[in-house]
Amino acid sequence: MGSSTLSSSRRAKPARVLILGSGPIVIGQAAEFDYAGTQACKAMREEGIESILVNSNPATIMTDEDVADRVYIEPLNVAVVSRIIERERPDALLPTLGGQTGLNLAVALADAGVLDEYDVRLIGTPLEAIRRAEDRQLFSDMLGKIGEPETESEAVSSWGQARTAGARLGLPLVIRPAYTLGGTGGGIAHDWQQFEQIVKAGLAASPITQVLVERSLLGWKEIEYEVVRDGAGNAITVCNMENFDPMGVHTGDSIVVAPSQTLSDKDYQMLRSSALKIIGELGIEGGCNVQFALAPHPTVLDWRRNGVERPPYTVIEVNPRVSRSSALASKATGYPIARVAAKIAAGRTLDEIPNKVTGRTTAAFEPALDYVVVKIPRWPFDKFAFGDRSLGTQMKATGEVMAIDRTFEAALQKAVRSLEISGRSLLWDGADETAEGYTQANDQRLWYLMRALRDGTTVDALAAESGIDPWFLYRLRNIVAMEARLRDEGLDRGLLRDAKRLGFGDAQIGALTGLSGEEVREMRLELGLRPVYKMVDTCAGEFEAVTPYFYSTYETENEALPQAGLKALVIGSGPIRIGQGIEFDYASVHAAWALQKAGYSALMANSNPETVSTDFDTSDRLYFEPLDEEGVRDILENEGLPPSIVQFGGQTAVNLAGPLSARSLPIIGSSAEAIDLTEDRARFEELMRRIGLPQPPGSAVLGVEDALRTAQRIGFPVLLRPSYVLGGQSMEIVQNETDLARYMERAGAAGLGSRPILIDKYLEGREVEVDAICDGEDVFIPGIMEHIERAGVHSGDSMAVYPPIHLTNSERDRVVDYTRRIGLALDARGLINIQFVVMPGDGSGSLVYVLEANPRASRTVPFLSKVTGVPIVELAVNIMLGKTLREQGWEGGLWPERDLVAIKAPVFSMAKLVGVDTHLGPEMKSTGEVMGVDRTFQAALAKALMAAGLMLPAQGSILLSVADHNKMEAVPIVRRLAGAGYRLYATEGTAALIRADGIAVETVHKIQSDEHPNVVEVITEGLVDGVINTPEGRLVATLRDGFQIRRAATEARIPCFTSIDTAAAAVEALVHGVATYTVAPLPEYREPRAASVPA
Amino acid sequence: MAEGARLVLADGTVFEGEAFGAAGRASGEVVFITSMTGYQEALTDPSFAGQILIMTYPLIGNYGVNPADCESSRIQVSAFVVREECREPSHWLSEGTVHDYLAVNNIVGISGIDTRALTRRLRSAGVMMGIVTSVDTPEEALAHLRLAPQYGSIDHVAAVSTRDSAAWNRDGSIPIALLDLGVKFNIPRLLEQRGCAVTLYPHDSMAEEILATNPAGLVVSPGPGDPAMLDHQTSLLAELAGRLPILGICLGHQVIGRVFGGDTYKLKFGHRGANHPVRDVDSGRVYITSQNHGYALDGEGLGEGIEVKLVHLNDGTVEGLKHESRGILTIQYHSEASPGPRDSEYIFDEYLDMVRERAGDTRRELARRIA
Ligand SMILES: Nc1ncnc2c1ncn2[C@@H]1O[C@H](COP(=O)(O)OP(=O)(O)O)[C@@H](O)[C@H]1O
Ligand SMILES: Nc1ncnc2c1ncn2[C@@H]1O[C@H](COP(=O)(O)OP(=O)(O)O)[C@@H](O)[C@H]1O
Ligand SMILES: [Mg+2]
Ligand SMILES: [Mg+2]
Repeated sequence: MGSSTLSSSRRAKPARVLILGSGPIVIGQAAEFDYAGTQACKAMREEGIESILVNSNPATIMTDEDVADRVYIEPLNVAVVSRIIERERPDALLPTLGGQTGLNLAVALADAGVLDEYDVRLIGTPLEAIRRAEDRQLFSDMLGKIGEPETESEAVSSWGQARTAGARLGLPLVIRPAYTLGGTGGGIAHDWQQFEQIVKAGLAASPITQVLVERSLLGWKEIEYEVVRDGAGNAITVCNMENFDPMGVHTGDSIVVAPSQTLSDKDYQMLRSSALKIIGELGIEGGCNVQFALAPHPTVLDWRRNGVERPPYTVIEVNPRVSRSSALASKATGYPIARVAAKIAAGRTLDEIPNKVTGRTTAAFEPALDYVVVKIPRWPFDKFAFGDRSLGTQMKATGEVMAIDRTFEAALQKAVRSLEISGRSLLWDGADETAEGYTQANDQRLWYLMRALRDGTTVDALAAESGIDPWFLYRLRNIVAMEARLRDEGLDRGLLRDAKRLGFGDAQIGALTGLSGEEVREMRLELGLRPVYKMVDTCAGEFEAVTPYFYSTYETENEALPQAGLKALVIGSGPIRIGQGIEFDYASVHAAWALQKAGYSALMANSNPETVSTDFDTSDRLYFEPLDEEGVRDILENEGLPPSIVQFGGQTAVNLAGPLSARSLPIIGSSAEAIDLTEDRARFEELMRRIGLPQPPGSAVLGVEDALRTAQRIGFPVLLRPSYVLGGQSMEIVQNETDLARYMERAGAAGLGSRPILIDKYLEGREVEVDAICDGEDVFIPGIMEHIERAGVHSGDSMAVYPPIHLTNSERDRVVDYTRRIGLALDARGLINIQFVVMPGDGSGSLVYVLEANPRASRTVPFLSKVTGVPIVELAVNIMLGKTLREQGWEGGLWPERDLVAIKAPVFSMAKLVGVDTHLGPEMKSTGEVMGVDRTFQAALAKALMAAGLMLPAQGSILLSVADHNKMEAVPIVRRLAGAGYRLYATEGTAALIRADGIAVETVHKIQSDEHPNVVEVITEGLVDGVINTPEGRLVATLRDGFQIRRAATEARIPCFTSIDTAAAAVEALVHGVATYTVAPLPEYREPRAASVPA
Repeated sequence: MAEGARLVLADGTVFEGEAFGAAGRASGEVVFITSMTGYQEALTDPSFAGQILIMTYPLIGNYGVNPADCESSRIQVSAFVVREECREPSHWLSEGTVHDYLAVNNIVGISGIDTRALTRRLRSAGVMMGIVTSVDTPEEALAHLRLAPQYGSIDHVAAVSTRDSAAWNRDGSIPIALLDLGVKFNIPRLLEQRGCAVTLYPHDSMAEEILATNPAGLVVSPGPGDPAMLDHQTSLLAELAGRLPILGICLGHQVIGRVFGGDTYKLKFGHRGANHPVRDVDSGRVYITSQNHGYALDGEGLGEGIEVKLVHLNDGTVEGLKHESRGILTIQYHSEASPGPRDSEYIFDEYLDMVRERAGDTRRELARRIA
């Protein structure tokens, strides 16, 4: 019998491979793993190997049934995956493509003996290699053995030891507690006082009272190499990448450039050789990422000190799997690392794997770039203005953008445009005035640097304070110099061309020259200045390439001659951010596929390197470009003005509908007019009135007086939001006049006073959501979803159930009827998403209100496509191409409900976002989602909560602190918890309520009181396994206490329920769901249940 | 503002750009290299003598120039073509810009042109003669170009080789003769690191001169130009083959191939870059190699005893030979790297093992005879 811990790729090719996905999108683990997993599945299929895919995230291409052979949308834990293994009997497991989640789960399965029991062998990088890379001690031993330098450090267990170690290593020092996650409790100390403070906190935070005191490498260059090695020992580096931000800022939070810019060949080869030596020693079989710190100068590290020569670099870490960086490297070079890694796992050697890009070479080579690639992270601080914006050793970005050009300046400026922060260019000057702007890294540092350079600060001074290599700062200064030329010199062809070559956008040039962006555009077209498109070909032009993968630049030769035949441009969704996640990439990819199926060439435009949509074989032609008006119009003009599809790329694409149609550029699908009708609140209200559909009462108000008057008319609670924001930003539910006045004052102070505030009656009813497909005559509804949380929690943050569990027939009929009427009234073509609130009526039946309608693909399209089996995107695309639903064999109305229950649950990344309140509200905060599907509500719920990490343990204790208006609803929850044997802790008021019900409870003290344990301590000291805390209005004091409770729970990584509805559901799942859930491939759940077998 | 300059190809194509480095004109064979780093090593590589070098990577000069990155005592290219040259380099070793370096050495440069379009042109049409000039109109340039000697008609080796034999270092235990056809410093450097005492010999050395110093082995260096022109070196090596363990690198490999009956031919646009995959036919292992050659060896006519040991993975060209009994090892690529990956430094070790083994054999043989 084969041992699972020994892998040899040269062994017989496996027949059935289990592939683990990475689960929900969280900060640090985003769409790149969908890209990797999808590549892996495709590679397995090419090899004739059956793939069994497990992932809890429905918004992924990899979980499509025509990508993997067997698809399980199930929680990623040992219990569930063991059951899948038992059922499917794979002979191999591929663990290295599902991020840290997949890797850790594979190790856990091995440790639990599951792999041995079922004779499943790990393919790809062997378990031993994974352990030697992941375990810091083993890794350090390995480095020592092969003579590779590591950062000096010392493990200490007391403050005394720490002091000695600190004195030896010298300030500044990095402190890393042992056995905590993601840098928790660690930090960087710049003085001894700070050192003492962090060490002591770190010792307390470490379960084994141990911290690592490490020499700080702040200011060193941070360099990464992406490496691939096969089972025969052939190894190559795909590319290297240099961080603009030096060591001390996580690479995921750094601006990154590929290839390295400031490394000489000797530097480059020194690190390359080291990377290859390390992965050879580890025995990696597949893709791998090696991170280095490189001393930029002998004054930083005197590496010839004491006559001993040591290399001027140290190895930071190795990730023995494909990673975010490898996705970036793949897109930056055209070399598909995940695909190659999967093929290696299937037993291939590099020289046996064809290079699909050139069609004539193999994977055994190193890409040569003839362009510069810049990646900029996308941070969520536009959402979380109160969060801590500083960047350090723990990642905070939710997504990233990439841009390619032939100069660094242009790649950088295009990347800035790609960020889509309200049209912000490097000219933006809104960053807060702080002296530390560029010394302490934060999300706005780039703009601080620009400001300082404009003010005449020297490159040397900036380099000294920021640690950024002068080369990058000279490039920024070059941009500043061009700004001055544009301001001062007359705009002629030469100057305009030089500016375009440095990546200046039309709007930016306009701002500097007193013209409108449109005038600049007209001028440059008149002067014959159009971008040309060059190919990403892996070989710097050396070989003819067949890849259809392009970037724009201002040079002479255009390699992207218009694609022949019928074609359309799919506008993608740009960087992943809160509110616009991977769901929209899913829809964009399906749109491209649907176009191809209909005989069209699919052109794709996107700026996000993590995604499947930017995989070069997803579309017929990929344009890697900023998704703004200039970028998209240039592409369209280059292609001879084909029609655009804006429905699938989220708000990014929808926002382009207006500008494109204003220039008479054709859009297929719902018109810009239909989109405007829904986005302009006044027009939408007017439309609803005309077709006689009810909306929550409300209006737009100016000033406190006006607001109070309106609130009196419609009655509290009310929902407030500025009129111009999207994504539920700054939205608040207000219970009384005091809070209303405060909100209005705050809005005034924030400079929003001149703009109207929208005030609506807050309807605390059941929220219901539909995705529908409309062809102008018929409206087809694949399914209705009901939210678990009552209205008031953003639809992206609520749990949604398909099919609805509480809707009466009459309510359902009204939802269907309203949807049809709205779709037809808008004359929508393609998809439309509508949110309703159902309010219990008084006698005459309930009322259904329309909250909002959006004629575009929504976040729930992948979820609904998967659970209903309806090819939603394909139907919509065909309608855009002129085929009605009937012509496609479908008809209007509601699609029969499937005999399953599917629940979508949001997932948050709050542990990474210090200072952000976690409670649910109308403003979206989640970064990803999971799905639980089963035959019963309770079982599906249990799986959804498990997958989201919100499942309460079977036995345990819980802390309750609920708002007054929720207290009555809390009673049944408390009873069930007590019935399940839970031990209860509660804050005063809640405790009184529980005791009054005759249930035992321990009262915990307020934070301010001197008694212990207080409400936060019961969490930090591990006394409770979960928290139910519903926030009380906006009262400052309770909010503050509540905030601390919620943060403490987040940091302790225990479930924290801030909506009474979620809490009720979680308790329901605990009591009834866990024991009953099943595990089956998704298509099986869609089949009608077999005639019930008696248990 | 920079002065204008242009690159004119023999087929009449004109690329307008900006002048940098020295003003003037220079002609040569136009070739491209795809290495992303190592521009200074390339500039000073004698194998580029007589050629106008294009860097396909667009940003050149970022880390400046410094004495340690020289591969010979001067700039060897006839002109330098880049998309963008950096006037604000950043590296602690940097002592100046590429612009100044070219200017001081009187080498013409041109920047600001669409180097990718140029590369694609050469890829499809093949390498050709060209001229870079900041002092002529395109018509004048073309007239000058017509008068310039063809790349293949010049004995470039004679121009770049050392004139007299000279010791590189004396303190090694293995005496190695290095036939300089255009050597890069990193070859003797790596040999020195491995305990060799290296002596450089000029291209026109005679066998007796080399044998007189009793070296343990002979390394034949890379160099520029058409191997078919190197009659003297071919007969020299025919004479030495079997008498000394020989390592032939690049041009050295080609000449040795000719000694054993192989023919050489010109490649359409050469192999120049740091990413060339080469397979060892015995072990199946693939190595990423640094390459710079415009000619290749045809394996067809190779005689008895010499085997093709390494082949290029992309186009199957001969990348290395081995003659077991005569102690000959050759590689078409650059085991000395610089620029490029160091993965093939092991070739020096393999060769020196062979040298040591042979030395041992000879000693044993002597001992046997004496006994
Ligand atoms: N000794 C150190 N001094 C300064 N910064 C460091 C040090 N070690 C790590 N870092 C920074 O912390 C970041 C995260 O560390 P790393 O070990 O790569 O963790 P992760 O596994 O989260 O990527 C790195 O990208 C680097 O910028
Ligand atoms: N009048 C209302 N009553 C109750 N809840 C509402 C009301 N209006 C909006 N909401 C809640 O706020 C959330 C966000 O509002 P919505 O208009 O959908 O914003 P977005 O455009 O960001 O999706 C909705 O999902 C719903 O839960
Ligand atoms: Mg890291
Ligand atoms: Mg890591």
